Amino acid sequence: MSVRPSTLAFAIIGLAIAGFAAIFLDAAGLRARGAAELAARGALAARLGLTDLALFTEARYTRHPSQADLHSAFQDHPVALEHFPTGSLLPPPASLVSHHERLDRKAASPD
Amino acid sequence: MNAWIEKQRHLIDFTLASLARRRTKNLGLLLVYTLLVFVLASVALYTHALRQEAAQVLKHSPEIVLQRMVAGRHDLIPPGYLEKIGQKGPLRGVQKIEGRLWGYYYDPVVKANYTFMAPAAEAVQPGTLVAGPAVARSRGLAVGNTISFRAYSGKLFSFTVAGTLPHASELVSADLVLMSEQDFRAFFEFPAGHHTDIALSVANPLEVRNVAAKLAAALPDSRPILREEVLRTYASVFDWREGLMLALLSAAIFAFAILAWEKASGLSAEEKREIGILKAIGWETGDVIKMKLWEGGLVSLTAFLAGFVAAYVQVFRFGAPLFEPVLKGWAVLYPRFELVPAIDGLQVATLFFFTVFPYMAAVLVPIWRAAITDPDSAMRS
Repeated sequence: MSVRPSTLAFAIIGLAIAGFAAIFLDAAGLRARGAAELAARGALAARLGLTDLALFTEARYTRHPSQADLHSAFQDHPVALEHFPTGSLLPPPASLVSHHERLDRKAASPD
Repeated sequence: MNAWIEKQRHLIDFTLASLARRRTKNLGLLLVYTLLVFVLASVALYTHALRQEAAQVLKHSPEIVLQRMVAGRHDLIPPGYLEKIGQKGPLRGVQKIEGRLWGYYYDPVVKANYTFMAPAAEAVQPGTLVAGPAVARSRGLAVGNTISFRAYSGKLFSFTVAGTLPHASELVSADLVLMSEQDFRAFFEFPAGHHTDIALSVANPLEVRNVAAKLAAALPDSRPILREEVLRTYASVFDWREGLMLALLSAAIFAFAILAWEKASGLSAEEKREIGILKAIGWETGDVIKMKLWEGGLVSLTAFLAGFVAAYVQVFRFGAPLFEPVLKGWAVLYPRFELVPAIDGLQVATLFFFTVFPYMAAVLVPIWRAAITDPDSAMRS
């Protein structure tokens, strides 16, 4: 006897709903596992009085956007253009994405 | 009840058989629909997790940071400044006042900026430093190594690495270099008694705004920065990036909207004839509409659930390789971190509403129009 299409459809939707429910369980698990590290980050921020995330380190107003001068995008001179890539979509320089050959595994170390 | 369920199952059987007759077209639509939900959900999940992370970590930052401004620029706090605040007495409710020492150093070796800091809460021995994880990585530092920096005065200073900050804190400490106050002042030739800014702790959160207003009044050249402003700054940074990504994606969204509308609303002659035949053999208008509702519901629900689950797996299990460069940004000293998943119920509901409902509506309206026409004319057209 062949399976009715509706049975197949319910099975697929049921599986998808189970998968959807599973991501909430997985998220809760990952949150519980990362809670200690999150607390450690918070504790360090409290201890050192940190005010910003270390995401963009190229200029003072991108490293600490919350502490930057007002109108910081124009701080160099009144019509200065943004010259750091954080604010735009420029790709990172090749040196950041290229991988160097690992010579230490190939070369024999001198005695 | 059983009869009702059996009827619905027959309707589903029928609509699936009808979909299977145009298999390639319908599978293509399902795939594109799933991909669209996947892309939108990935952006939403990733930015929400980043926003949450920033909010969770930075809620521990000082309630107020007081800067001094000279000609619109951030300037050093002179020695008398702290006392002046103390004497004015508008600071009832302030628990702790602390002058902070920090500054930037450009390291030409790795072409990156470090944040040098002399923390009051951490005892770092003179002549030593504690390096942030990205600094240690980029300069290959380990405990006991010696590292030299050329100060802005031209003098060379050597430090022994006393420790590195834990990897778990990288998001806030990647570029930090902690040193003693004595070393910091010598390195930057910081005048004695001067500080970079002042951090204030306020016990009562309702008082923070009052204290900031009184400070601004008592010290007109000062600029108080509240913690809530810091949190708002980060929320807006990630909102902007999310918006940028969505703006780029909008072309794809519109393309899908046209495709779905075309597919769902432009009934083919074959479909019209099918409806005509169904009505001629005794189906009611309600039955035709129910059948099409099942079709729209099954397609959109499958696409939504599959797209969302795939997006979650991509973002939190594989580190979001598709959108990370745009949403996180980059820097020479970039922190390596794993996001803690945060799923916003409202965001899920919004995504559901804006992907599932328009499709259902696009399916329903033309079918209703076709279903109420005379079967004879529907078959002839």
